[in-house]
Parts: sequence; structure tokens; C-alpha cells
Amino acid sequence: MPDDTFSAMRQSIIDGAPDTASDLAQQAVAAGIAPLEAINNGYVPGMHAVGEQFAQGKMYLPDMMASAEAMRAAMAVLDPELKKLGTERPMAGVVVLGTTQGDIHEIGKILVGTLLSAHGFRVHDLGVDVAGVEFAVKARELSADIVGVSALLTTTMRNQKCVVEALEQAGLRSQVKVMVGGAPVTRRWAEEIGADGYAKDAMSAVALARSLMELKAQTSAVQPV
Amino acid sequence: MRPKLELLDKRLIERILGEAFQLIEDPGVRVAPYVVELLRSAGVTVTEGVARIPEALARRLLELAPRGFCVYDRNGKPAVRYGGDDVNFDPGSSCLNILDPETQQARPAVAADLVRLVQVAEMLPQFAAQSTAMVCNDVPPEIGDWYRLLLVLWHSEKPVVTGAFSASSLHTLLELLALESGGREALRNQPRAVLDVCPSPPLNWSEFASQNLVDLARAGVPAEIVSMPLAGATAPVTLAGSVVQHAAECISGITIHQLAQPGSPIVWGGAPAIFDMRTGKTPMGAIETAMLDVACAQVGKYLGLPTHAYMVAGDGRVIDAQVEMESGMSAVLGALAGINMISGAGMLDFLACHSIEKLVIDAEAIASAQRLIEGIEPRTDSLAVAMFAQTGLHGDFLKLKETRTLFRKEQHFPSAVIDRGLGGNTGSTPDILRRARERVEELLAQYRRPEILSDREQAMLQFAEREGGRAGLEGLPGIVSPASATR
Repeated sequence: MPDDTFSAMRQSIIDGAPDTASDLAQQAVAAGIAPLEAINNGYVPGMHAVGEQFAQGKMYLPDMMASAEAMRAAMAVLDPELKKLGTERPMAGVVVLGTTQGDIHEIGKILVGTLLSAHGFRVHDLGVDVAGVEFAVKARELSADIVGVSALLTTTMRNQKCVVEALEQAGLRSQVKVMVGGAPVTRRWAEEIGADGYAKDAMSAVALARSLMELKAQTSAVQPV
Repeated sequence: MRPKLELLDKRLIERILGEAFQLIEDPGVRVAPYVVELLRSAGVTVTEGVARIPEALARRLLELAPRGFCVYDRNGKPAVRYGGDDVNFDPGSSCLNILDPETQQARPAVAADLVRLVQVAEMLPQFAAQSTAMVCNDVPPEIGDWYRLLLVLWHSEKPVVTGAFSASSLHTLLELLALESGGREALRNQPRAVLDVCPSPPLNWSEFASQNLVDLARAGVPAEIVSMPLAGATAPVTLAGSVVQHAAECISGITIHQLAQPGSPIVWGGAPAIFDMRTGKTPMGAIETAMLDVACAQVGKYLGLPTHAYMVAGDGRVIDAQVEMESGMSAVLGALAGINMISGAGMLDFLACHSIEKLVIDAEAIASAQRLIEGIEPRTDSLAVAMFAQTGLHGDFLKLKETRTLFRKEQHFPSAVIDRGLGGNTGSTPDILRRARERVEELLAQYRRPEILSDREQAMLQFAEREGGRAGLEGLPGIVSPASATR
């Protein structure tokens, strides 16, 4: 029976069906299925399938947004259950996101935030027109692993550098990885401003965030105690 | 007959306008504090930064906006007419990167690149106007807006399509334009430039956009609304729905603008695009993007207003068949739509990159489009019979007087950028990129800098040295002053 339930959970994510995802989560709770099992065997495989189908060009951004919404609906049921058990979902990392100062565009950033959340990251979105120092303050407050900075305009892209500098001035640079994105941004630009990575689209941002977390784990593992 | 492309019937235009008027009242339009009192004094309710503009007021103000106006070259000649079905082209604007002429790799643009582009565009009659085409990365960003304009004014006498990225830089741009025109009144009477003002989709007139609308209206310098709905992301996914949003943004902008100064010139313009649901990019070369441009302009024309669109740009990263197919198609569609100013030539990679080589290739597409809209004229009393009467069935039309007198009117002769076999069948014809490079060099060799009255030139130099000095600019990149040239 659980296999069928897990399969239905997976499918509810692929279908982008928040009501079904939520109903199945409630049924699982009622049936005594451990919340973590439902997440790891049902919903997360659904998000993985969505990522694969997107990469293959079989799913599109609206499909992915719907899948992320379905994931959010399931987690709205399961997160409180985890808390009751005194546990929580293993978290992929803490990310502070924002659009750079002077820029009020945020479609790409919202996509990135939605997908990171769906993939287990805890995301704090600072919104648009965010100064470098605000990124640094929030990163310190949340002990963020990653700061993600978006810019749509060629003129505001330069302010991504200010975020890197603000983190340096706050003494946080060694603990926080910086990833940048946005229409005019290139890998070369990311290197030039001293960011740790560049993602060309929302799915790549998830892969980049994961690799930055691995890098962070390796770095902290070799640091002297 | 002038060939014409229309995508909307009258009933659909009325529906589009009906919904646009509905939107500006409910949910309304987000506006900045700078215009709140102006709107309230006209009876508009503004609550928490959202203006609810009544249809009757908007319609009344739309009536006040001029149906047409001219932009002048430095010699005081009306060089671009906005209004009716006039069609003009200018290069794309404010690009950060350029395809390096040697390597054809994208790199940050510098002042010298902008100067080259302006000089080439100056030599090409296909471009009725210049644009502040590139961001110069060797100039401090805080003076980037006026410095780009200075370089264009310094090297060109054509009208300029430009714009400010902040409220404060607008005043510097206006000061510079006034210096070049011989004063604020001269600038108002014979404007040398049109300034783009961009609302943020959906339905948001930000602080600097609101301020630019009002300040341009009061200065009497033409404003060009560049509304940018992204279908499916920041605007409805349907093309018709995005055209509604474009109309609502333009109508609300014109309302603010005309309230500030009734009768001040303004353009119904935009850079709408679809949002690619696989990549999240905004393809300027997509046919649906061109359809949006044509439809948005058609709505503006229906209201009798001057129009603008962003076309003739491709999305590939290098000069190739894709980029030129996209650019050529949209040049033809824009011309057929009778859009008054079509910006975008020279640009590729989703507007992230400019190329001077592409600009000269696009100029050929534009020339073809311009020939197309001239249409087919009878030219002779008898269309063919009289000529047959002279040649009979021998077919010696090449010898006819009519052939000699009319072939230049009938045929457009492209430059050597277009391979028409001028090089013979040697099998070693240079490819299009090489032909474009040769054309660029040829035009640069022919270029002579148009003269500026010496007192105005001095005033512009003093302005640049003063403002540049404040920003820590060393020298004036891209400018060889007459004084230093003779030293």
C-alpha cells in the first residue's frame, strides 16, 4: 500500500496538483506513515522527476512552478507533523535571495527561490532593490550558507559586486557562498566580481546551490578545529 | 498602394482598449509620490501608491497628446517625423557588451566602440536617428547616461533616441541637449532627441519613470514610453492580454505626462516580448514578439498617436543565419506595420550584445523593408503594352528608354554586404561577416565628423570636463577636442 501511496505522491508533484499533494499528505499522516518517509519516498522523487523532465525539454517553467506549489502544499501538512515528532526535514541549506540595488525585476529570482525551496533549501527572499549591506545583515542573522543576487539590467548588474564587498566587510565571506544570475550576467562576470558561481537559469541555480553546499562542507571539513 | 500589416480587427482593438481603461481604474496603476498630487488635483483617487484613473479623464488627456511631431538634426532640419505611417529606424540602445570586431567574442563595450558605431550609423541613410547604443565601461557608471549622449552628439548630427536611468541624470541630459541646441527654448522648439521612459510591468510607474514623464513634459522634449510586458511572466500569457497591458501602461503614462504639460509630445512605444517557458529568456527574435510589437503599435495608431517598437534584434550569440533571419523578418514586419521609430538594429543575444558588423547587415534588411513599403506603382500610363509596342516579341527591354529612366526607382541596390554576384563566380566570395567588416571599414573611412558651432562645442567640452571631473573621469574617452587635436 505505501508504494502506491508514494507513487501517487510522486505523481501529484509531477502533475503540479497542490490539492492532491495535500490530501495525500493528510491521508499518510492519518495512516501513520512517517512524515520523513512520505517526503523522501514520495514527494522528493517527484521533484527529481520534474527536474529531469525539465532538463529533457518535456516540462516547461509553468509546469515546474505548479510542481513547486504542490510540494509546498504537501510540506504545509508534513512540516508541523515533523515538528510534533521533534524532528525536521533535513535541510539542504539556508539561502538569502534578492535583486540588486536599483533593480526591481524579480521573475527569475522568484523562480530560483521557488525551486530551491522545493528542493529542500530554506529560502529567505529579501525582495527587490536590495543594498549589499542588507544582504550581509540577513546572512548574519540567519547564518546563511548562500547569498543569491539577481540583476536584470546591465546598469544594476554592477551592484552584485557591492554584495560581495558587503559580505567581505561584514567578515562573512569565508562562511557564505555567493551565487549570481540574471539576463546580462555571465560566468566571466561572476569570476570578475569574486562570486562563487553563476547560474544561467532556475534549474541550474538549484544544481549550483547543491554544489556550493558540497564545496562548503569540504572546506569546513579541512579547516583546523 | 502602400502595403500594410494589421493583426487586429476594429472589434478586437475596441475590446483591448475597453479592458485597458478598465485596468487603469481597477486594479489601478502603481505610481510614485512625485506624481500623486498631480493626479489628485485632476480628481484621481490615489491610495497607498495606487492611482485609480477614470476612463473619462484618460480619454480626455489622450486627446490632448499631439498626433505627430518632428525631431530635428543639428542643422535645424526636421529629420524624423513621428506620426501617421512614417517609418524610421535607429540602432538598439544601452547595450553592455559588444561583439569584438576582431574576435567576434562578446566583451564589455567602451567609449571607442560607441564612437565607431555612431560613425557607421551616421553614414547609413537607413538610420534616420542615432541611439545611445552602448554603456561605456571605461566611464564611471554614475555619469554613464550623459556621457553616452555626449559621444553621440559629438560625432553625429542626426536626431538621437536616448534616455535616463535615474531621475537626476535626466536633468544632466537635458542640460547637455540644451547646450548643443543653443538653449532650453531652442531645444523645446526643435528637439534633437526623444527620451525613452520605461514603466515596470505590470502597471508600475516607478519613482524615476514617474519623474521622467513629468519633467520631460515640462521641458517640452519628446518622451517615448517603452512598455515591456513579458507575456506569461510579468503580463498575461496571451498575446491579446499582453497588448491590453501595454495599452494600459501607455494610457496611464500619457495621462500623467499630459497632466504635467498638455500638448507635450509623447510616443506610444514599447519593447514587449514573450517569455520563453523553457529558458525564462525573452526572445526578441521570436515571431510572437514581433506580433506583439505590430499589435501594440496598431492600438496606438487607432488612437492617432505616434508609435515606437523594439525590433530588428536577433537572439543568437554570433552573427549567423538565425540572427539575421530573425532581424530581417522583424524589420519587414515593423515597416509593414508603419511604426514611426523602430529601435533594435545591431543587437543580438537577447539585447545583451551589440555588433557593428550586424548593424551594417541589418541596414540591408532595413533598406529592403523600406523598398517594400514603397509598394508597386504604375509609373507609366500603359503598364506594359506600350513597351511591348516598342520591342514586339524580341524582348529587348534593356534598350528601352523607360528601362533606363525607371530602373533606379524600381530596384533597390544593396551594398556589397549582400552577395549579388559582383565578385563574379570565382568560388572565393568572402562570407557575410567579412563583407560586413569590409563595409564597416569603408564607411569609417568615408566618415567626417559633422561640425558643431564653436561656442556650443566649447560649452559642451566645459560641461563634460566639469561633470566628468566630479566623477573622477580622466580625460574624455572617445573625444578628440579641436584644441587638443591641434596641439
